[in-house]
Amino acid sequence: MGKQITVPFGPQHPVLPEPIHLDLVLEDETVVDAIPSIGYVHRGLEKLVEKREYPEYIYVAERICGICSYIHSNTYAECIEQIMHIEIPERAQYLRTIWSEYSRLHSHLLWLGLFADGMGFESVFMNAWRLREHILDDMEATTGGRVIQGVCKVGGVRKDIAPEKLDEMLKGLKNLEHELHDLTDVFLNDASVIHRLKGAGVLKTEDAYYLGAVGPTARGSGVPIDIRQTGYAAYGKINFKPVVESSGDSYARCAVRAKELYTSIDIIEQCIKKIPDGPVDVKVTGAPDGEFFARAEQPRGEVVHYIKGNGKKNLVRHRVRTPTFTNIPPLVTLLKGCQLADVPIVVLSIDPCIGCAER
Amino acid sequence: MTYFQNAKTIVKSLFSRPSTLMYPAKPAKKMALSRGHVTIDPAKCITCRSCQRKCPAQAIVVDVKEKTWEIDRFRCIICASCVEVCPTKCLAMDPQYPESTTARGGIYKVTVAGPKKKEPAPDAAAKPAEKKE
Repeated sequence: MGKQITVPFGPQHPVLPEPIHLDLVLEDETVVDAIPSIGYVHRGLEKLVEKREYPEYIYVAERICGICSYIHSNTYAECIEQIMHIEIPERAQYLRTIWSEYSRLHSHLLWLGLFADGMGFESVFMNAWRLREHILDDMEATTGGRVIQGVCKVGGVRKDIAPEKLDEMLKGLKNLEHELHDLTDVFLNDASVIHRLKGAGVLKTEDAYYLGAVGPTARGSGVPIDIRQTGYAAYGKINFKPVVESSGDSYARCAVRAKELYTSIDIIEQCIKKIPDGPVDVKVTGAPDGEFFARAEQPRGEVVHYIKGNGKKNLVRHRVRTPTFTNIPPLVTLLKGCQLADVPIVVLSIDPCIGCAER
Repeated sequence: MTYFQNAKTIVKSLFSRPSTLMYPAKPAKKMALSRGHVTIDPAKCITCRSCQRKCPAQAIVVDVKEKTWEIDRFRCIICASCVEVCPTKCLAMDPQYPESTTARGGIYKVTVAGPKKKEPAPDAAAKPAEKKE
């Protein structure tokens, strides 16, 4: 047994888009412990809820994260609607589902690109982001924003999509699917990728369950948890199966995300075929009085929004539990026993989004 | 076979134009719905202050006495809730991004027409004067 030394990892590191600090305790080249610390990008957005009226706060809620932005606003709106007993039109529910899946596609493509970059595959990174551009263009054409859509509101959605545009989107996604096969083929079947990822950072099924892993981190370890199956928005009317892998290493987490791209395209296709005509929003009057927990599946896992109102325009409490925050304890377990050279890959494999985690 | 797959991508990249634009020399690629920046038609503004109340970032300041409408471009989060709430539709969303400015140049202030009086006052009311700070 060698002498233990501590190596700081982050908050500034080439593989980290956002700041998280890890103190890695090493014995020779093997990590024996990792002590995470966060708090570099705290913005106090939850406190801001006392100063803004609840319909305007949705724009703030959306800006909790720059990648899963749309799903934050969707969950917030759903929370308020449940407290105020608002039934939103069916077309709005389908549109919310379509945009949720679009943002999942764009987040997963972003992550696949970053992951390839983390492994050293610069050209695959460029290719993933080139394909992501198509998704962003569709989002901008339908909502007005590339990553911050601002299209969800309490009582429905702000914009409708014309039927011709829906057909065009479907056609575009079908073309994209062919190109995606080329991309995901690299992540799933390339020998050097498999050599780099297989066996790096293994999370056992029971560990994933007891440490509260969510999203692709849990599904990569064989825990079939997908909050979309609870049927919020229009997910209850859509047929789909969560993607589950059993090996629990970095390769499994990567494979879950790569295969979820096709699930998302399939869900959007079903939505576009089933979407009914009708209005997209209802008028909302009054203010929420009560409390509610709303859950939704973000690209990174389950997000929980808790809202408490007292019948006034300003809410009393807004609490968000984001997927990255929940995935930090599994990350610490993942790091124990892995090699120092594997740390960047293992940290990236849970898709950390620190802006979300600290709010 | 992998080499041939790479060759496909390489040939495609060799003979296609660059996907980037020389922004700001060429305007950014924008759609009809894109949110770029808020514009105001000063002749139609009645200084009702709805936009100021609805702004989640508190970027808009409307002075009823001085008849001015002011926006801080750096505070504005371009959510378009002011555009939706405006009763006279004097606010609009321009699809292009605002021009880049220095840290102090974000404030854009205009003198507006103000509330309509019952007697028509032809030249006193409608004098939109723009000044940038």
